[in-house]
Amino acid sequence: MLEIKNLHVKLEEEDKDILKGVDLSVEAGKVHAIMGPNGSGKSTLSYVLSGRDGYEVTDGSASLLGEDLLEMDPEDRAAAGLFLAFQYPVEIPGVGNMTFLRTALNAQRKARGEDEVSAGDFLKLVREKAKALNIDAEMLKRPVNVGFSGGEKKRNEILQMAVLEPKMCILDETDSGLDVDAMKLVSEGVNALRDAGRGFLVITHYQRLLDHIKPDVVHIMADGRIVKTGGPDLALEVEQNGYADILGEVA
Amino acid sequence: MALPQAKLDLTEARLAALSLPDGAGWANAARADAVARLRAMGLPTRRDEYWKFTSPETLTRADAPRAALFHGDETPLYAGIDRLKIVFVDGVFDADQSDDLSLEHVSIEHLADVTATDIHWARELYGQLEIAGQDPVDRPLATLNTAFARDGVVIRVTGKVEKPISLVYLNASESSDAILHHLVRVEAGGDVTVLENGPAAARFNKVMEISVADGAAFHHVRAQGRDHERRAVTHMFARLGRESTYKSFTLTANGVLTRNEHVIELTGDDAVAHVAGAAMGDGARAEFHHDDTVFITHDAERCESRQVFKKVLRNGAEGVFQGKILVKPGAQKTDGYQISQALMLDDESSFQGKPELEIYADDVVCSHGSTTGAIDETALYYLRSRGVPADQATDLLVLAFLAEAIDEIEDARLQDDIRTRLQEWLERRRQG
Repeated sequence: MLEIKNLHVKLEEEDKDILKGVDLSVEAGKVHAIMGPNGSGKSTLSYVLSGRDGYEVTDGSASLLGEDLLEMDPEDRAAAGLFLAFQYPVEIPGVGNMTFLRTALNAQRKARGEDEVSAGDFLKLVREKAKALNIDAEMLKRPVNVGFSGGEKKRNEILQMAVLEPKMCILDETDSGLDVDAMKLVSEGVNALRDAGRGFLVITHYQRLLDHIKPDVVHIMADGRIVKTGGPDLALEVEQNGYADILGEVA
Repeated sequence: MALPQAKLDLTEARLAALSLPDGAGWANAARADAVARLRAMGLPTRRDEYWKFTSPETLTRADAPRAALFHGDETPLYAGIDRLKIVFVDGVFDADQSDDLSLEHVSIEHLADVTATDIHWARELYGQLEIAGQDPVDRPLATLNTAFARDGVVIRVTGKVEKPISLVYLNASESSDAILHHLVRVEAGGDVTVLENGPAAARFNKVMEISVADGAAFHHVRAQGRDHERRAVTHMFARLGRESTYKSFTLTANGVLTRNEHVIELTGDDAVAHVAGAAMGDGARAEFHHDDTVFITHDAERCESRQVFKKVLRNGAEGVFQGKILVKPGAQKTDGYQISQALMLDDESSFQGKPELEIYADDVVCSHGSTTGAIDETALYYLRSRGVPADQATDLLVLAFLAEAIDEIEDARLQDDIRTRLQEWLERRRQG
């Protein structure tokens, strides 16, 4: 599904390499987790994949279902099936949450040559998905993320994911700023989307999210590279011993 | 003080190209007085304090610059709204296209008819608010209007008027030079909504004098757009009585030059005046210069005034805002608010803002803000990451930016209509 090969990335503004040869392959139906200390390049990887400005790919490749991601505009990546759940969801005053969701869904469908969803069908779809995430009508009416609590913002990200039904979901530190109840709600939302045709890349600092979203594969990232890959047990090892042990072992 | 020779020449050249309407009647004196006042103050030039950011040259010269007619096939504004339509073509009343003027709680007449009558309430209003509005800043183009306007509507409201009175300005000639002068008197307890839309003329000079009595309400929604090359200068002069309301919103897209002035005097306690504007300028097809000039005088206690002006500018479009709040001695508990913001979609466009506060009372709350900014790149990226193409995402952010001004429209149907029209404009532009 997602194929990343020898990806090298630096900041456009300065000569600082952030990713120094990332190799990663996420298969359909699987959940991969990336863990790593602060500054290891986890979030940069998610931004580069989703097409944020400010980064320059100096080597390597990234493709989704065989299509070169790095050549595409962010909106085309989304239409191709990529979704990034933001660590810091953006507030957009003046744009209603429903308007935003419907515009996004129909733009993606249009790009794929599919019919737009009618207002009635859309309303039904969103209400159903929102209910499972405990998102009320009031939250849907408000401007995108404006005045939302940390938990509400993250639930709103998962709602977007549920409505847009991407093929490849990247979750960037989705657990940050969540209390236990909110984490459970968000994780249930993610788990409901797990199926044989969809891949997940869960970026997290802590193991606790992986108690709720059980990964198939765990990668440890450090200094711009994947330094270790293993099964779910690897996450537990990090939790118990910290990153220092693993990094020491790799070095 | 004698006028500079250039100003004198300019004024005389313009006067020579105009003729006073024929016929007897009380208006002759008001018109003669206006001509004399115009001669004394002279037409504006770039050297005048309130014309530094906007060149009045094409508004003051003797002949109107030509403006190509724009042939679009969009649904006219307010099409789905039940209203009483009064149509002017190139500034001339068109009875065939207009509705019957009878409506409950309101009398609607033509200026051309009432000036011939000896006894008419309009006599007490015509030119009077315009004259009051000349202090402390000259508004000679309004004086020119009082002198030479051939027609307009004369509206007297005595109760709550069921449907809006809709002034539709069509144009058929590429060189029309139209001058209209409207009078609106809302009596105590009256409530009326006046709509305006249409390109009007190649050059349009419009004055509306509005007297709002105690407890009365005047609502105004206007859309100026369509023809890319048209020019317009408009003045709204209003005087507000106790506990009265004045709410005006203007949407502007297109037009080489638009200067909209509001001169509002709050003379009764607890009166409310809200003035809002949303302008969308694209300099690609023709130049775009939009100027909002507002002067609000608080001369009573506990009055509230609000100015909300938003401009979206691209391809060399120019925006100007000059907004003043004057709080006179004794106007305690005044609540004055003013915000003007420009969203620049490129580096070629420009915005000049001049907010002014002049306060002579000690127990007031007045605030003002003016900002110029580019599109929020983070928001744009967020929208694009969800699959919304860049140009469509920009339009969403443009609408979001204008929302605060559009929200000032009280009537939800009119608000929807304006918003829908804006969306359609943006969509059409996007699709080329």
